[in-house]
Amino acid sequence: MATTTSESPEQTRQIAARFAAHLPPACVVAVSGELGAGKTHFIQGAARALGFADTVTSPTFTLVHEYPTPQGPIFHVDLYRIASPIEAASLGLDETFAAGRATFIEWPERLGPDLPDDALRVHIRIAGDTRREIDLPTPLARP
Amino acid sequence: MPGPTICFGVETSCDETAAAVVALDGGRPRILASVVASQAGRHAAYGGVVPELATREHLRALDWVTDEAMRSGGVAWRDITVVTATRGPGLASALMTGHSFARAVAIAAGKPFLGSNHLEGHLVSAFLDPGAPPMPDVGEWLALVVSGGHTLLAIGRSDGTHEVIGSTLDDAAGEAFDKGAKMLGLGYPGGSALEAAARHGDPSAYDFPRGMLRSGDLSFSFSGLKTALRILLGKRFGGTAPAGKALADLCASYQRAIVDVLAAKATMALRQTGLRTLVLAGGVACNAALRAALAEACGRDGIRLLAARPEHCTDNAAMIALAAAWRHAASGAVSPWDEDVDPNLGLAPAGQKV
Repeated sequence: MATTTSESPEQTRQIAARFAAHLPPACVVAVSGELGAGKTHFIQGAARALGFADTVTSPTFTLVHEYPTPQGPIFHVDLYRIASPIEAASLGLDETFAAGRATFIEWPERLGPDLPDDALRVHIRIAGDTRREIDLPTPLARP
Repeated sequence: MPGPTICFGVETSCDETAAAVVALDGGRPRILASVVASQAGRHAAYGGVVPELATREHLRALDWVTDEAMRSGGVAWRDITVVTATRGPGLASALMTGHSFARAVAIAAGKPFLGSNHLEGHLVSAFLDPGAPPMPDVGEWLALVVSGGHTLLAIGRSDGTHEVIGSTLDDAAGEAFDKGAKMLGLGYPGGSALEAAARHGDPSAYDFPRGMLRSGDLSFSFSGLKTALRILLGKRFGGTAPAGKALADLCASYQRAIVDVLAAKATMALRQTGLRTLVLAGGVACNAALRAALAEACGRDGIRLLAARPEHCTDNAAMIALAAAWRHAASGAVSPWDEDVDPNLGLAPAGQKV
């Protein structure tokens, strides 16, 4: 694991874009961090780098957004509204994991043990008014 | 002269199971029945929505809301012209439940089926008010649709060629209300609790950012509000939500920031498009501060404001039935039987017509 510092939402997007350039196919990325940490900003940057040019909005209400890219769809999952660990099966996430170019999950802790073992874990810590510390998996952290 | 188009509709895009019967006659809709079974209470125990539970509850409620709508509407299946259900956007498993159910009902009753767009339902929801002018008389209108999942400005047209001209770049306005409420210790979802707490507060007590206010376009951004609120709570209140007057002031100021942006962008869109009617719809349209701000802005510019009635702001099937009745009456539109739900269904963006 490596930690990178971001001073702005834009920088968070850039860090995510560099991270996304190295993502293996059909991977699951768990993006954790408290309310307002910038999880959606991170996924905006990653989705752009993976070839989705349109707007990436928060799926808090609808739970899952799908963004088409030339390499297959990116799934953007937000489990904020799910309070207890539930089976991934009820959301159909198992299929999502397999079908997607990449699946990003906000509030992944709500999945409990159903989060795949090989999920890449990104954690964003609030370290100041606009400063964020972003933990990235090591093999992917190198720019 | 053809008779009225009578539509039976089902809505299950999220937490509500709803059925309605709407008659459309000479461009005027009449709600014969509108039934909503809310799962809000059941989900509260879990602090959110549980998709599997939502599906099971929809299944359990569909029979009942359907019987209730048909009975209270005083109609038989032979009276129905067309059957509809929401095919998107929404939660896939929830959409599938209502969509499959309604198609089965249509097949059993020997009626055509036409899938509906949830957003189009919101776009036309204000016309369900008996006091509203008929849709064809208005012809074209600007709609501000604000809810937990959506924040958009769209041009609605009575010929069904709607266009989105502005939307959020991150969080929806309703989400900003709900997440602000959570940070202020008012629970989740707490948008209406925040509004209640704001009632006795001073909206100018604290300065929250008005995201994208000077961007010059019709995009919204509400995610910066969470950060601003967190910083303010940290600096002024030791990181925890205050009580009493300070809480009321925080809520009022936070709400004012959201309302200001919504009102300013709607006004800008009206000026850019030259449209003279504003339709206000979606769950956040129940917010009294938003209604007052838009009433004032519209009054100033001589714009006709059509705000959906509160029962048609939150998810309901009457707006879905109206959208389908309208399309079916205009062009005989029906959906192919193999058409599936689309959780990401949108309205066409600017320049592209539906």
